[in-house]
Amino acid sequence: MSIFPSRSWREYPQRYRMEAVRFKKSGKTYFPPRQVDPTNGDTECEKVVLPETGKVTTYTVIRVAPSQWGDLSPYGLAIVELTDGTRLFGQMTDCNVDQIKIGMDVRIEFRLIQKEGTHGTLSYGYKFVPKWY
Amino acid sequence: MRPVCVVGAGMSQWGEVWRKSFRELFVDAARAAIADAGVDHIDSLYVGCMTGGLFVGQEHIGALMADYLGMPGIPAAHVESACASGGIAFRQAFIEVGSGLSEIVMASGVEKMTDCSGDEATAALATAADAEYEVFNGATFPGLYALMAHAHMHKYGTTRAMLTAVAVKNHHNGSMNPFAQYPFKLKPETVETSVMVADPLRILDCSPITDGAAAVIVCSEEVAKKLRRPYIKVLGSGLATDIMQLAQREDITTIKSATLASQRALKMAGKQISDIQFAEVHDCFTIAEIMVAESIGKYKPGQAGAAFLAGESALDGKFPINPSGGLKSKGHPVGATGVAQVVEVFKQLTGKAENGRQIKGAPKLAMTQNMGGTGASSVVHIMEVA
Repeated sequence: MSIFPSRSWREYPQRYRMEAVRFKKSGKTYFPPRQVDPTNGDTECEKVVLPETGKVTTYTVIRVAPSQWGDLSPYGLAIVELTDGTRLFGQMTDCNVDQIKIGMDVRIEFRLIQKEGTHGTLSYGYKFVPKWY
Repeated sequence: MRPVCVVGAGMSQWGEVWRKSFRELFVDAARAAIADAGVDHIDSLYVGCMTGGLFVGQEHIGALMADYLGMPGIPAAHVESACASGGIAFRQAFIEVGSGLSEIVMASGVEKMTDCSGDEATAALATAADAEYEVFNGATFPGLYALMAHAHMHKYGTTRAMLTAVAVKNHHNGSMNPFAQYPFKLKPETVETSVMVADPLRILDCSPITDGAAAVIVCSEEVAKKLRRPYIKVLGSGLATDIMQLAQREDITTIKSATLASQRALKMAGKQISDIQFAEVHDCFTIAEIMVAESIGKYKPGQAGAAFLAGESALDGKFPINPSGGLKSKGHPVGATGVAQVVEVFKQLTGKAENGRQIKGAPKLAMTQNMGGTGASSVVHIMEVA
């Protein structure tokens, strides 16, 4: 359900190209990019592109899904820690949901995420697939 | 800050209250609180509500509720911080009275969640998470708490039985609460065979969707004494926030905002967590009660579950948690929940809890903890019998 038009276009750099920011003072990387480092208030940062592999740090399997995601149900959701230590949240795909485990190796792939907003704009982004796939 | 008291509490009917509208639920609770306190007016009104806009297409809630309470003209405002809206409405009333700006303030909360479909309610609740990076990717609230649950289980060995113990205990307490939405007891096997919503959370690990309102009358001690009825004192208030997205927090097996809010409230009250005799906490999911009990400092990380299994959080345990039945059994009209926690503490501390739900030994000091979303905001209050 959405009463909003699509605004996915504003997120293209991070959703399409996995662009993040690394702050100068703390050396911390944030995804999605933010303007101020929450650890120290630093605003000096550079654009970095995230690595494409990592490990599942926690997960769930959505078995009762909102109708928007009904076609995919049951689907896995996970927080993945990438090889550079950045963590991000997303959907698991191309896997048996019952085989998702903490510590599992995954790779990021570019996928259709949803039909967004009142006009059902096709919105793309990243999903996690098991590394062996 | 001068001393601040609570002198009256009221609730509307809670549940799927199809015959009552959004505003009627509020007026029922507000009038019950006014009658309970015996006040003839209020100086101002705070209304906690997560999203009247999405649930019933109504915002500008402060003005609307003051109007239908028959008090157009009084200062009134709507307070929002997702599921912590009610607790923060109470905090605003506490600050307003404590500062000396007003003598008698109503803190209230209301949510009308069953006028829309389950799908629409799920979408409305999801606005408490990060819209672009959690909800966009298919997150639901049970799903987000499930991520926390799996992480907690992985790190500390928390078990299915520990989650079940929370649900069974809260339904036992709720079975004695005349306002509870689901006032029935649960057997462990019923919880453990209920429908899986988001692994490892089953439907009976989740709090329900509820229509309901709650209100309390907050006033100065001078006013409280004149009213000549039992009252309680609010000794401390703490509010804290955390990073919104779970993935970006350092550790999702603890709720940092609850830790900070609890420390702030205890410091203001001049108390230790060991002084607190019982608590009403935000058990939106069974895992949340375990994590909150640890985050407020009552238990070391990873140790609350075992203590709950041993019965420590039961009504007759060492540290009763959610004597009201909690969100789990009493219901969770999101904006009203934080105020309803104060209603329960008020009843328990003044010896007015119904149907054998009264904690034995006349407890004197209690805590409420109410949080928004996955804990990006948390509000804690410490209250003592006067």
